[in-house]
Amino acid sequence: MPGSVVGHEKGIDMPTLTVKPEKLIEVCTYLRDQQGKNFLSAVSAVDHDGYGDAVAGYFGTERGRDLNAPGSWGAAQTPEQPPKRFAVRYHLAHVGDGPTDRVRVQVWLDDGQEVPSVVPVWPTADWHEREQYDLMGVVFAGHPNLRRLIMPNDWDGHPLRKDYPIGGEPVQFTDAE
Amino acid sequence: MSTVEHPPAPVEPLFTPAQIPPGAPSKVDPPAGEDLITVNFGPNHPSTHGVLRLIVTLDGEVVVGLDADIGYVHTGFEKNFEQKTYWKGITYAPRMDYVAFFANELAYVGAVEKLIGIEVPERAQWIRTLFAELNRIHSHLVYLGTSGVEMGAMSVFFYCLRERDYVLDLFEMATGVRMHDRYPQFGGVAEDLPKGFYAECRKFCEMMPRRIDEYLDLLAGNPVWKSRYQGIGTISKEDAIAMGLSGPNLRATGVPYDLRRTDPYLAYPELDFDVVVGERGDAYDRFLCRTKEMYESVRIIEQCLDRMPSGPVMATDRKYVLPPRAELHTSMESLIHHFKLVTEGFRVAPGQVYYPVESPRGEFGCYLVSDGGPKPWRAHFRAPSFVSLQVTAMMSVNRYVGDMIVVVGSLDGVMGEADR
Repeated sequence: MPGSVVGHEKGIDMPTLTVKPEKLIEVCTYLRDQQGKNFLSAVSAVDHDGYGDAVAGYFGTERGRDLNAPGSWGAAQTPEQPPKRFAVRYHLAHVGDGPTDRVRVQVWLDDGQEVPSVVPVWPTADWHEREQYDLMGVVFAGHPNLRRLIMPNDWDGHPLRKDYPIGGEPVQFTDAE
Repeated sequence: MSTVEHPPAPVEPLFTPAQIPPGAPSKVDPPAGEDLITVNFGPNHPSTHGVLRLIVTLDGEVVVGLDADIGYVHTGFEKNFEQKTYWKGITYAPRMDYVAFFANELAYVGAVEKLIGIEVPERAQWIRTLFAELNRIHSHLVYLGTSGVEMGAMSVFFYCLRERDYVLDLFEMATGVRMHDRYPQFGGVAEDLPKGFYAECRKFCEMMPRRIDEYLDLLAGNPVWKSRYQGIGTISKEDAIAMGLSGPNLRATGVPYDLRRTDPYLAYPELDFDVVVGERGDAYDRFLCRTKEMYESVRIIEQCLDRMPSGPVMATDRKYVLPPRAELHTSMESLIHHFKLVTEGFRVAPGQVYYPVESPRGEFGCYLVSDGGPKPWRAHFRAPSFVSLQVTAMMSVNRYVGDMIVVVGSLDGVMGEADR
């Protein structure tokens, strides 16, 4: 599929395909119909805000990495910086005869950028996408029922984002004064 | 002469599979019409297995619209994992699905082990397999007992909890606690099996198949049980896969998808056991699948006891594994390693991993992202209950309210896991 898959990585568990968001449906339909990936295991959104900044042992100095800084044990590695803030990763498998042949499809998104919903391809994506929308704030365009699933309907913010405060924030109650 | 009009009978004949509704697949919109009432089942309702809320539209006694709402026991597990070192995460994992606690620990520990690339000794793999199967029996017993109560079969509940207690005694013997044991750790298991465990476990293996026979005698041919379970919540193979069902819910439709076979882990490739499948994919087949799976679990446990290899139960890589307690008194290095591991944790190379295991409820997957630090950057769990509860709506419509209770019970959802 020329032009759709922009990256391929072997990975320690399964291969990862990087796909342009606008081509996602096309690639997923191809994977389902031609490659037998009929089972969507999970949809996982990841927020990379501040990714790698707090890796203890990596202290950027003028000379480069200081591997002997406290906490590093000489083993710390800095990760590659992600191209965009959010990644949405779809874990696919083949269910039927033969091995599961797992594969991961990922798209990179900026904050506020929409990704097409894969509910037409795998109906099970319904709640998966609602959960990620609820907790991570990724908008799935074309989802038939994109509402909060886990948090209360009137909740502010998306708790799994890295910039969501931990502790110290006022507790939200429905109908509070 | 009576002039009372009876509510319409369910339109579908028995055993016709449910259809995925148009629009949102996990929700059925009620038709426009008068005389429909919308009722709120739950979140606190004895039949919802926790705190599941079902917004049900009724035409008489027949369900015509349903929207399930979850999130009432959301406790932010995934956010918590991000704030704790990998070590501390092990205590969080079993508290998600508190009925299948051991499977959750295995998924999390397995995912971290895959990320750091540590070898687990063979004996530890076999011990884990043994407890994973004991846990499967435990979970299926809780399922069977609670669904018995829902049908009014109170005695089944007591029988099942009697055997469940035996399983928990075995857990207590080896791990020190009855549930949430923190027994598997990165690189192996916390301690070797105690003296007397084999004998106790063999007694259990001898007793358990007879007890399963009893359950089947009591329920499988019981006309009340059959009339309440057969043809209820039927789903076809294709729809079950499309809706992401796994575990006994999927196997009841005839798809032999079992991660113990398809993605071999632990000692399962070396073990001899059958994957139990059903035919029609209704609540009755799901019940039979789970009950008969207990026989297979007993078989696996017996093989584990017979063929348990000897050797260490913990890896030796001190960068990840706590040193033995006795060494702390004599070895400076061990003391330092212990201190560092407990206070700072260990660093994990940047990367991501998805590690699924066959929990009693289906495919329980742990997805971890590491940025190179001592805490997971992101932890996400593929909870089988979360996925399987999506089919409640399509299975329940055009049925009586009482059948909806059977549908929810037969999907065997645990809300702690669905909401996380």
